[in-house]
Amino acid sequence: MTTRRIAVLSAGLSQPSSTRLLADRLAQATLDRLAHDGIETTVDTVELRDLAHDVTNNLLTGFASPRLEAIVERVTSADGLIAVTPIYTTSYSGLFKSFVDVLDPQAITGLPVLIGATGGSERHSLALDYAMRPLFSYLHAVVVPTGVYAASGDWGTGADASASALPDRIERAAGELAALVRHSDRSEIVRDPFALPAGFSPVGAFGAQ
Amino acid sequence: MQFGIFTVGDVTTDPTNGSTPTEHQRIKNILTIAQKVEEVGMDVFALGEHHNPPFIPSSPTTMLGYIAAKTEKLLLSTATTLITTNDPVKIAEDYAMLQHVADGRVDLMMGRGNTGPVYPWFGKDIREGIPLAIENYALLQRLWKEDVVDWSGKFRTPLQGFTSTPRPLDGVAPFVWHGSIRTPEIAEQAAFYGDGFFANNIFWPKEHYMRLIGYYRQRFEHYGHGTASQAIVGLGGQAFMRKNSQDAVNEFRPYFDNAPVYGHGPTLEEFAEQTPLTVGSPQQVIDRYASMREYFGDYQRQLFLMDHAGLPLTTVLEQIDILGEEVVPVLRKEFAKNRPADVPAGPTHESLVAARDASLLAADLIKAEVK
Repeated sequence: MTTRRIAVLSAGLSQPSSTRLLADRLAQATLDRLAHDGIETTVDTVELRDLAHDVTNNLLTGFASPRLEAIVERVTSADGLIAVTPIYTTSYSGLFKSFVDVLDPQAITGLPVLIGATGGSERHSLALDYAMRPLFSYLHAVVVPTGVYAASGDWGTGADASASALPDRIERAAGELAALVRHSDRSEIVRDPFALPAGFSPVGAFGAQ
Repeated sequence: MQFGIFTVGDVTTDPTNGSTPTEHQRIKNILTIAQKVEEVGMDVFALGEHHNPPFIPSSPTTMLGYIAAKTEKLLLSTATTLITTNDPVKIAEDYAMLQHVADGRVDLMMGRGNTGPVYPWFGKDIREGIPLAIENYALLQRLWKEDVVDWSGKFRTPLQGFTSTPRPLDGVAPFVWHGSIRTPEIAEQAAFYGDGFFANNIFWPKEHYMRLIGYYRQRFEHYGHGTASQAIVGLGGQAFMRKNSQDAVNEFRPYFDNAPVYGHGPTLEEFAEQTPLTVGSPQQVIDRYASMREYFGDYQRQLFLMDHAGLPLTTVLEQIDILGEEVVPVLRKEFAKNRPADVPAGPTHESLVAARDASLLAADLIKAEVK
């Protein structure tokens, strides 16, 4: 049986948090899609709240604690990522961005990502497309077309209320992510931290003589 | 095995009393510290190079030249010399001169420097850091090894018929270490030339440096300079000691908590667990550092950072006393135990001259046989 591994990042600060609730829904929908295609998928769910001190320490010292390093390794080597943040003051939360800031800029190149966000009202839903999406595009991740924003009110709207109700959006986004995860080999790649750039010469490459 | 002290030369406020040394005091303090290193029987003093406050060592050979005159046996080194923003011609001249002044007691450690604005201040671009380090160093080696150099490259004015003076002492260039925290290209460069590789070992967990040094050792062997276990490895380290370990912790904590590099971040306990920083009794420092060879293999040089974060001069001198009297003698014995005979000692001018003479002799013998 084919296996894949996805990572789920939840940057909600309250416990329980609606951000985690959305993250879990997105993860389950993705798993169901993959299972339907005969792909067994494991999930690593990361609550960034639990890592807040480690992330801050990494920003200050330049290195990750062993615990954070292990999690960064799991996230960056996954076949897919579901990244969900609350929207604070028009953008992703500071903790969410801090976690992204401690990743190596090349580490998530090609990683399929489903972006999600939560907020008190629908007014901030575009933050997914003006903040979250460019962030992951900059890092050369592959962001699926559908981002899922859940305002408080969405949790009380049924699937039959309209074509764009939360459960429908979750299903559509999960389908897009599952399609990419299915073809990913990222979790099986052995990475060489000492790979030298192509053409590197220890005596120089500019015709110095 | 060589033991010593390295300093970045920061001017930092003492967080326990708010006092800040003047640049003049700090410069004089560093000169005093260097002489203390020799007095307590350690081997090496290495000075950083910086071109921005709060650091003072912008002109390392001036300070090392003074220390050379005040010491007899101490090996003078750098940590690091900026191979990216300095003109390699000036490095060749300055350190060959220092080599003569100090009767050969000189080596250098190359580094790229990670302060963004220093590059443009010296007309360079930090994004070219690695190509600069590679090209400038290739030129530096030619300037020391060849009497007359014709050269052209990407980053400096071409040279036609240039002779770097003075020529290196006894015709042997100073030994060079390359320092890097995370860059395989620099480990590769060190291995290619058969130079030393120094892992600062202060700011990151040792597992990270173990991988980098393992890579350097492998590549050293690949390039035919000897076996991987014969590669020339140096490590940094950091300690603060008092007879009772709790006294050491209490005294060092305010300096740790407010240190420019890692202050206000992890706790002292976390940092001491995750990096080689050891705060406690001399015996704890001995135990921690005696174990380094188990992780990095038998190595050649161990330097300690002792004088940063605003620690007062008297405290630093006490620390060096403890290090020299109680810690290093035991570590020397520990490191000598079961050390394979074919693992080289720390490089010196004398060992380089002997190696050069031996290879000349071998070449003569081959020639004679051919005849």
